[in-house]
Amino acid sequence: MSSLKKCFNIRSRDFIHAGEASITVQQLLKQMRIDSALIRRIAVCGYEGEMNVVMHGGDGRFCIEINTERIVLDISDEGAGIPDIARAMEKGYSTASDAHREMGFGAGMGLPNMEKNADEMFIESVPGCGTKVRMIFFNRST
Amino acid sequence: MKLSLVAEILEATFLCGEDRPDIEIDKAGGSDLMSDVLAALSDHSVLLTGLTNIQAVKTAVISGVAVIVFVRDKKPSPDIVALAEKHGIPLLSTPCSMFLACGRLYNAGLTGLKGTR
Repeated sequence: MSSLKKCFNIRSRDFIHAGEASITVQQLLKQMRIDSALIRRIAVCGYEGEMNVVMHGGDGRFCIEINTERIVLDISDEGAGIPDIARAMEKGYSTASDAHREMGFGAGMGLPNMEKNADEMFIESVPGCGTKVRMIFFNRST
Repeated sequence: MKLSLVAEILEATFLCGEDRPDIEIDKAGGSDLMSDVLAALSDHSVLLTGLTNIQAVKTAVISGVAVIVFVRDKKPSPDIVALAEKHGIPLLSTPCSMFLACGRLYNAGLTGLKGTR
């Protein structure tokens, strides 16, 4: 399989379209006959990442690169950034607003879910400038 | 357990997907927090929720939830029903509270999302 890369824009506070990049990628991976458990892990990470950008980030970008051996998901935003990444990784820690919670999010499980489902995850964040999250998934079925 | 039996136990009405009463359901989860649903293995499950916005359906698509049942007679707007239909996810509405709906399905033999009782 040659490398395939797809990118999508994510708009801040656009709850109506939030999740569409992840669902599109999920369908693409199904068409490519990627292992279903791997697809689920990638989709969950993508969706949680998208929601983080919509809720906390400024506008953002969602890019996935699919190779034979690994799939790399990069989600970046121009938002407020994360002052304390270690704290943000704790289950249950959340800075979400009441409006986010009414949408069913803000449980403080987004980043922990992403870390659990990715084989490797890297976060770079600069307060006031934004956040970049890279998640790597190894395609062990090949 | 077939979806038709889930509907009967919960005295639920179909909002869409009534043409697929034979879908097999083997586990259930009740939550209004979508990250809790995403954290579990939700394939072949029924999601009981009071959340009627578009993210409930998108979470189901992403996580593999087979059916959504809205508790306390809640019903989502037509565009959300249409999105569920597009992705093949039946939507039901039950007069039961979350507590009662979970209890009835547990009593009928369904497991939690992790497969335990």
